[in-house]
Amino acid sequence: MNSPRAAWLFLAPALLVLGLFFLLPVIAALVLSLTDYDLYALADIRNLRFVALSNYWELLHRRLFWSALGNTFYFVAVGVPLSLTASLGAALLLNSPLARMKPFFRTALFAPVVTTVVAVAVIWRYLFNTKYGLINYALDSVGIHPVDWLGDPHWAMPTIILFAVWKNFGYNMIIFLAGLQAIPGDLYEAARIDGASVPRQFWHITLPMLKPTLTMVGMLTVAGYFQLFAEPYVMTEGGPLQSTVSVLYLMYEEGFKWWNLGSASAVAFLLFVIMFAVTATLLRFSRRGGEA
Amino acid sequence: MNPRLAKAMVNGLLLGVAVVALLPLLWMLSVSFMTPGEASSLPPPLLPKHATWANYHELFARAGMGRYLLNSLLVSVAITALALACNLMAGYAFAKLRFAGRERLFQVLIGALVIPAQVAMLPLFLLLKYLGLVNSYAGVIVPAMATIFGIFLVRQYARTVPDELLEAARIDGAGELRIFVQIVLPLLKPIMVTLAIFTFLAAWNDFMWPLIVLTGQEHYTLPIALASLSREHVQDSELMMAGSVVTVLPVLLLFLALQRYYLQGLLLGSVKG
Repeated sequence: MNSPRAAWLFLAPALLVLGLFFLLPVIAALVLSLTDYDLYALADIRNLRFVALSNYWELLHRRLFWSALGNTFYFVAVGVPLSLTASLGAALLLNSPLARMKPFFRTALFAPVVTTVVAVAVIWRYLFNTKYGLINYALDSVGIHPVDWLGDPHWAMPTIILFAVWKNFGYNMIIFLAGLQAIPGDLYEAARIDGASVPRQFWHITLPMLKPTLTMVGMLTVAGYFQLFAEPYVMTEGGPLQSTVSVLYLMYEEGFKWWNLGSASAVAFLLFVIMFAVTATLLRFSRRGGEA
Repeated sequence: MNPRLAKAMVNGLLLGVAVVALLPLLWMLSVSFMTPGEASSLPPPLLPKHATWANYHELFARAGMGRYLLNSLLVSVAITALALACNLMAGYAFAKLRFAGRERLFQVLIGALVIPAQVAMLPLFLLLKYLGLVNSYAGVIVPAMATIFGIFLVRQYARTVPDELLEAARIDGAGELRIFVQIVLPLLKPIMVTLAIFTFLAAWNDFMWPLIVLTGQEHYTLPIALASLSREHVQDSELMMAGSVVTVLPVLLLFLALQRYYLQGLLLGSVKG
């Protein structure tokens, strides 16, 4: 038996760091969101006033907050299904007994995941350049007119979504691949003997067996995509016409550009509540679907 | 379907996806060797006419890239070393040491995983300002010294360490610290490598927090420097691609060298549910 004192000594550094630099600030954020902490309070704390819920109230009446929320939902609602489909498709290809050079392909497909968002976002900005970009050049050669990818409010978010899918699909692909490899081969064997086609095998064996993985991966991806920030910061600076301002981008500008820390904390908390509500709802749905 | 056709299709598709995944990275490498202005011509060139190191020279000689590279290295190495120490000790304690409230405390930590890190960032900035750590390396390093994910990862792995081994050492009179260093750590080596590469990559690629806490150029890490350079040098695609190469290449090489450990950690970490 060890002494409890030894255990606490082992825990102390990590708990101190997490408590002081994570849990305490989270609680402080809640308090901060109920105050009018701004540049004046930053200069002299005596200027700080308690304003109850008025930060939240004002946010709910701001157009920019709603469009930031709308943009973020757009990114999540389109980006997550696209990402998951790409990941699953790539995993199925890699898992196929017909595939050759699997280690090479696995590494190649995973490479974008380990790259630095900022650096690859810079690459994409040039690839999607209206005039000299490779993408428009390729489209032009098959007769499609050039698109102002990052300069047109209708195209900026889709371009960012494409970028996010490219950057992230490899991550979930690895998890799906492990899930696929865990499905017992005799299930497929039996289905083949019964004459089930490949699409039917996918629908009746692969998908149900993969469901726990899909649910978990779906949750994590939704939570991750709600935290959109670096992509619009580097690729569009929130524009054009604020069409790529995400909730976190709004929080950053509100907090660290205008120094409205109280109102920015309210943005952060609203995002947290919304993320929590959305993932909880999705989880409930997938559970109910499982019982049916 | 004809099996040969099916095989051609599967491999053809894989090849297509691999090209999409790698082309932007290869293009970056190629453009970084072009002469200034060369990429902005039609048709867009795929390879440099006369490969040159000029962009890299410009970056290191005038744009201060060497400094940013060192900053990134320093910050990432420090975070990796410190986080490794904290997370290993805590993860081991949660897995193998007995104390009142162990399961409860662990559940609280796991529960806290749902809180996005950004919620803490505004008060954290004020706290670090109060501590005088804004615009310093410590401002980036200190909050990253322990992670719930890391503790979780170590705990899962450390549970496989046999209790008899620890008990035998205690009966022989070894202290807890000695047991940890001499018996436990060697057994945890695989998870140490996994955690180290995970932490290093995350620290290297981190953007939002360093952007907030590093207010002056002298402490910029590569991603922050690159983002700021790219706002100044919008037209200089060749220069920016060289900057992207310097930022991406170290982590890409590290991943290639330790791929097995990285993917293992990814799978271990994903069974949170």
